[in-house]
Amino acid sequence: MTKKPFKTIGIGVAFSPNLKANLYEAARLALFFDCKLVLIHVGKESEDKIKTLKIILNHFKKDNLNYEVLFKSGNPVEIILNASEEKNIDLLIIGAAKQEKFFTYYIGSIARKITRRAKCSLLLLINPSLERVPCQHIVVNGLMDPKTEQTIATAFYVGAKLKAEKITIVEEVKQNEIHVKIDDDKSLRKTQIVKERLSNRERSRIKHIIEDIPEEYTKDIAIKSQPIFGTQGYSIGHYAQIARADLLVMNPPTKMTFWDRVFPHDIEHILNELPTDVLIIQ
Amino acid sequence: MASEAPPISGVIAAVVGGVLVSILGGSNVTISGPGNGLVGVLLVAISTLGIESAYAAIICSGVLLLILGFLRLGKLADFFPSSAIQGMLAAIGLIILGKQFHIMLAHRIKREDTIDYLLEIPFTINDAIHYDNTGLLYAAAAGVISFIIMVFYSKIRNKYLQLIPAPMWIVILSIAFSYYFEIVAHENNPIALEYMISGIPEFSEIIEQLPIINFSKIGTIPFWTSVLALTLIASIESLLSIKAVDKLDPEKRRSNVNRDLKALGLATVGSGFLGGLNVVTVIARSSVNVNNGGTNRSSNFFHATFLVIFIVLFSSQLQRIPLPALMAILVYTGYKLASPENIIKIFKIGKEQLIIFFVTLIVTLKIGLISGIASGVLVTFIIHLLLNKSFELFGRNLMKPNVLMFQEDRNYYVSVKHFCSFLNFYKLKAKLDAVPETEDVIVDFSLCQFVDHTVMENLNNYQELFTKRGGHFEVLGLDLHDTDSEHPFALRRLLPVPNVIKNSLTRRQKTIEELAKDYHLNYVSKKERETHFLDGFLFFRTKKINYIYNQLSNENEAINTFDIEFSEGEFIAKEVIRSTMLHIKLDKNIPEFTLDREGFLEKVYAFAGFKDIPIANHTDFSKRFYLLGENTEAIQAFFTDEITHFFESNPYYHVESNGHDLLVFGRERLASIKEIKALYDFGKRLQQVVS
Repeated sequence: MTKKPFKTIGIGVAFSPNLKANLYEAARLALFFDCKLVLIHVGKESEDKIKTLKIILNHFKKDNLNYEVLFKSGNPVEIILNASEEKNIDLLIIGAAKQEKFFTYYIGSIARKITRRAKCSLLLLINPSLERVPCQHIVVNGLMDPKTEQTIATAFYVGAKLKAEKITIVEEVKQNEIHVKIDDDKSLRKTQIVKERLSNRERSRIKHIIEDIPEEYTKDIAIKSQPIFGTQGYSIGHYAQIARADLLVMNPPTKMTFWDRVFPHDIEHILNELPTDVLIIQ
Repeated sequence: MASEAPPISGVIAAVVGGVLVSILGGSNVTISGPGNGLVGVLLVAISTLGIESAYAAIICSGVLLLILGFLRLGKLADFFPSSAIQGMLAAIGLIILGKQFHIMLAHRIKREDTIDYLLEIPFTINDAIHYDNTGLLYAAAAGVISFIIMVFYSKIRNKYLQLIPAPMWIVILSIAFSYYFEIVAHENNPIALEYMISGIPEFSEIIEQLPIINFSKIGTIPFWTSVLALTLIASIESLLSIKAVDKLDPEKRRSNVNRDLKALGLATVGSGFLGGLNVVTVIARSSVNVNNGGTNRSSNFFHATFLVIFIVLFSSQLQRIPLPALMAILVYTGYKLASPENIIKIFKIGKEQLIIFFVTLIVTLKIGLISGIASGVLVTFIIHLLLNKSFELFGRNLMKPNVLMFQEDRNYYVSVKHFCSFLNFYKLKAKLDAVPETEDVIVDFSLCQFVDHTVMENLNNYQELFTKRGGHFEVLGLDLHDTDSEHPFALRRLLPVPNVIKNSLTRRQKTIEELAKDYHLNYVSKKERETHFLDGFLFFRTKKINYIYNQLSNENEAINTFDIEFSEGEFIAKEVIRSTMLHIKLDKNIPEFTLDREGFLEKVYAFAGFKDIPIANHTDFSKRFYLLGENTEAIQAFFTDEITHFFESNPYYHVESNGHDLLVFGRERLASIKEIKALYDFGKRLQQVVS
């Protein structure tokens, strides 16, 4: 793992009522990670806009926030993606909207397209706020995947930087790994044993991953491992919601075909109903 | 014979079923044979197809059952809303009642439509009163008397009378009646000959004369609707019976439903070829079996064997039974299925269930069974849509794996999202089935907007099953849902703005009420917005309390547990949390402190900057607990050996003092009854230790 996974943070800026909260969140993160902040606005450059941004970010002047503003018109998806490559952005922040009535959030179509195509890490924020809401509980996936190691390591880095108190590593075990079907007592007992064995296997796998992470990131944080038997991607979101996590850290989506959108899996589930802030590590 | 099939075919079904299912089946104490529910369907099948093709249909439905078993579709029955099943069963009851009532009164008629048979009933009664033919009059009298026996049998509590079941009494009495005329009175039996049972063959004839089976109608639509109807009813009746009998099993085993389906399918095929009916699991005989101490499959086998012996020995005696007497048994069965009591029961659950019930009932009577159940499903779904005023809720979330289960300490915690109705109950069921019935399960519906009647009823079944087997099954998070009726099975939907006045108590609230009575506590379920006594606690400094509800307090209100809803943050960052807490009033002042499990200090973020206060000579305590507070010396003085030992030796709770009161809670979610009890007990002992 590299010593510092994030060097430049990017955020798309729209002059919406959420602007101030979004910028505050981004600026705070930039300071936490000791990064440069790049504001990307899709639209014409104007005095007014620059002034508004300046006033908002003035709040962070005393902390020496290093930022730059980019103005470009055109297709928002293309511009944000191009800009993030140009400026070497390695963490892109995207705001999500809250769904009416109930407690679910979703992200808009532009943000979704960016999520699918971005080559850098992404942070989807569901509730940006002016005051810092402390990030206490991080849930991270522990899938059996080569990328997981990096994801967990980054989660610990983020956890240490944000001074989180607890990290839960959720290992989603696919249902078809339990090849016994439950019919009666005998098969039920067999299933219990298989589940126990799988849980132990997962736990020891996660333990090895954690052992490889520098101690400075792991020592101040409570680590919990939670095996879950369920649909990949969906159950971790559900768990994060129940466990009242503040941040969910996920592997990047593997491949995206048309069918993946019709029959959503993994990250697509999370995008459909954001349980909490989501960080996708590339 | 009820269904116009030769009487012996039922016996064949029982014999073949008993032998095959006992050898191959997956359940333990069930008895298989021809079922009551099938009578109506068979009646229709035989009258449209003729007996020979009906056998072919039976064989095909057996094959279908076999396939269902292999495809592990034992869960098929879960997809039908329970009110629709009730409606369908009532329709079957009416079909049986309508057809057989006339024969019971010795008045054979033939009508096109099932409803016509029902409408004809008053005329038949009128005719029966004015019979001139004494043979018919006697036949009708035999029917009426038998019916009266059926009705009053269960009301008379006499242990000698109850030794023999009512249908057996009817058989015995009618045979005795016939012998009386033959031997004592030396007359012919006064009942008209065409209303006597005929065609019980001798045992040797059965083996010689295999029935002709006619597969020529296999390409026609009526044939396949019959097959589907037979399969549907056979599987539903079997599955429901197996489920019910499993609850009775003294050895608490779980039946292998799919294996049983396979065995039943195979048995049905065999029975069909031999001229028998569909083989299903029958509830009545199964429960008699359990009551009399049956514990394994051999009882099913011997049931079949004894039946064979009985037929061999007594087949000629059966010809002495008048047909109307037997029809009375069926009329009574039909009446039971469609009895007004059932309708009242459904009405109590909710008006919408009654609509589902009647739509299914009428369509089944008018068109047929398959259309009936389909319309029931459709109407249920439409009603759910109307109730929630949103197609989105169902459309968007139907395919989502909305159930999450994980092990939390020793509990299994199940959380259900979005909605839970007959459409996706199988997902919840699959998770619940994976839990041994001896464990503790908590099902949390607080993220679920809508829960329907079918689910509530099934959960209740689980609850009973778990209680019987020594486990614990609790449903949480429905207290804020709205219902239309007070019935515990009523469907529930979450209101965006919760009602201030609650219509009815949930099962959890009722259990708390019981708990209150048990422990001599006061219980108030109402929402209380006056919560200033909590303001002094640091935990609530950054949180807004909406209200508390389900309060339990002792006489002087010193110890009080309650459910609480509070929110954190404002506007878009707002998050609503429901939890169960305990509040203790102390008579003396103590230092302010917060005690928590090491590593969980996120709950007291407002405290950041304070150090863990060590307690001398209790390194274990200091290691395991996080103790925070401003006045270090006072706190150290307060944590005497006694108090420290108390915390060391009891489960972890978050404990907070505001100087004169204590606040205790476990997790940031609603507690189950068991957890409330534990919390209350902890509080009581804590109060004693502290003061």
